[in-house]
Amino acid sequence: MIKRSHWSIPYIIFMVVFVVLPLLLIVMYAFQDGNGHFTLANVSRFFTDKDSLSTFALSLEIAIENTLICILLGYPAAWILANKQFNKSAVTVVLFIMPMWINALMRTLATAELFNVLGITLGKGTLLFGMVYDYIPFMIYPIYNTLSRLDKSYAEAAEDLGAAPWTVFWKITVPLSLPGVMSGVLMVFMPTLSTFAISEFLTNNKIKLFGTIIQENINSSMWNYGAALAFIMLLIIGISTLFGSGEENKAEGGLI
Amino acid sequence: MKKFIAKAYLWILLGLLYAPLVFIAIFSFTEARVLGNWTGFSTQLYTNLFTGNAGGGSALLSAVRNTLLIALIASLVSTLLGTVAAVGIHNMKGRSKAAVQFVNNIPMINPDIITGVSLFLLFVFPHFSQGYVTVVLAHITFCTPYVVLSVMPKLAQMNPNIYEAALDLGAKPSQAFWKVLVPELRPGMVTGFLLSFTMSIDDFAVTFFTRGTIGLDTLSTYIYTDARKGGLTPELRPLMTIIFLLVLVLLVVFNIRQHRAVAKSQAK
Repeated sequence: MIKRSHWSIPYIIFMVVFVVLPLLLIVMYAFQDGNGHFTLANVSRFFTDKDSLSTFALSLEIAIENTLICILLGYPAAWILANKQFNKSAVTVVLFIMPMWINALMRTLATAELFNVLGITLGKGTLLFGMVYDYIPFMIYPIYNTLSRLDKSYAEAAEDLGAAPWTVFWKITVPLSLPGVMSGVLMVFMPTLSTFAISEFLTNNKIKLFGTIIQENINSSMWNYGAALAFIMLLIIGISTLFGSGEENKAEGGLI
Repeated sequence: MKKFIAKAYLWILLGLLYAPLVFIAIFSFTEARVLGNWTGFSTQLYTNLFTGNAGGGSALLSAVRNTLLIALIASLVSTLLGTVAAVGIHNMKGRSKAAVQFVNNIPMINPDIITGVSLFLLFVFPHFSQGYVTVVLAHITFCTPYVVLSVMPKLAQMNPNIYEAALDLGAKPSQAFWKVLVPELRPGMVTGFLLSFTMSIDDFAVTFFTRGTIGLDTLSTYIYTDARKGGLTPELRPLMTIIFLLVLVLLVVFNIRQHRAVAKSQAK
């Protein structure tokens, strides 16, 4: 009889072929020239090329701004949603997470079309607005989840001991909800940095983000440079998940 | 007063979130080819969409068909592969278990574009021709981890002895699997299947990199190409409206059911 731990073997083989090997291929292509010889030229090209660097800086800036705006607008919304005093209906919560389940491309396009009809010129402002629009549900939901599961006795104890409502909020609620904020940041920051298409739609191709130049290089058969850019993104993901290790899983549980 | 401000804040935010969707929905009921022009109420675009005539209607319909077919196959295979894998991982120990779980997390952490580019290189490396098969394989890759994660908690809750009991009482392993394990794990499998299905439908980046050059379009890639040509196919408006409503109804029904289930289990 087969041991039950062996049931994972088909999936392990599958993951080696479709997860591990492809990532190794990114590294391999990143350090090869067109003829398959080892080179550092692709990676060093990124660090010396002004265009790539400024695109990267802009993407980083947009990603940080988007994440901050999502926290600033999303946290109060999540707090109100989780507060029984203000919101008792589960439908309101559903309304906030519903956009997560609709194709981002469709929503982005609808937003861009609305801007067009209203006569608003597409540019950095509309890009940021559209990004916030696309990603804020991903910030609200994990924060809402942690806030609604908070043990109320901490806040009540603080109140009983004479803390003012603001003090309770800043010293009890906010620190306890940080894991939710962290998973929200993970679900907003990396995707913003890596989107393509969305930035093209929202700026009429005027502004390119990091994801766009990866896509352009791959599509114009410059696989090695494209892979080098993807490799740099992989490094950033590695670093950022080290900081927020483990939070991702908790956020994904029970997304519906 | 406080309550009023809180409510108002929520509704303003919701208003902003839904403005573009409502805008599309309103203009799905007029015939004008250019979005934003109102030429009177008409359901012509809906008729065009379903009969597949006019302005790229048939290409749109086939994109919808591809999207659904790919999502169905990918989520069925993912559910099976992920459930069997979850049983295996649940029974593993120590470092090998941690390693498998780590690799299982990779596709969930990676942005779509990394998954897309890495799989593109995988298929291009041995000159594997890209099309339906590669897109489905790619979707299975990013869907299965969610199935594993949905089934694992159910395994932890389950009494491990009932499967052994079935074997001791003479059930073949396959019988024990279908008659004992699957019914116990069903809620997790359903969640995993639904997650996979929606993620497959929503996907753009991974499909974009793995669909090759045979002209295979899903709804996302169709929209992308269409928008880059400038001027959206007007029939997309009724299609988007239908999808918005469908998702909304499904989510509300699903949540109400979940609330009832929770209330029931608390009442016990």
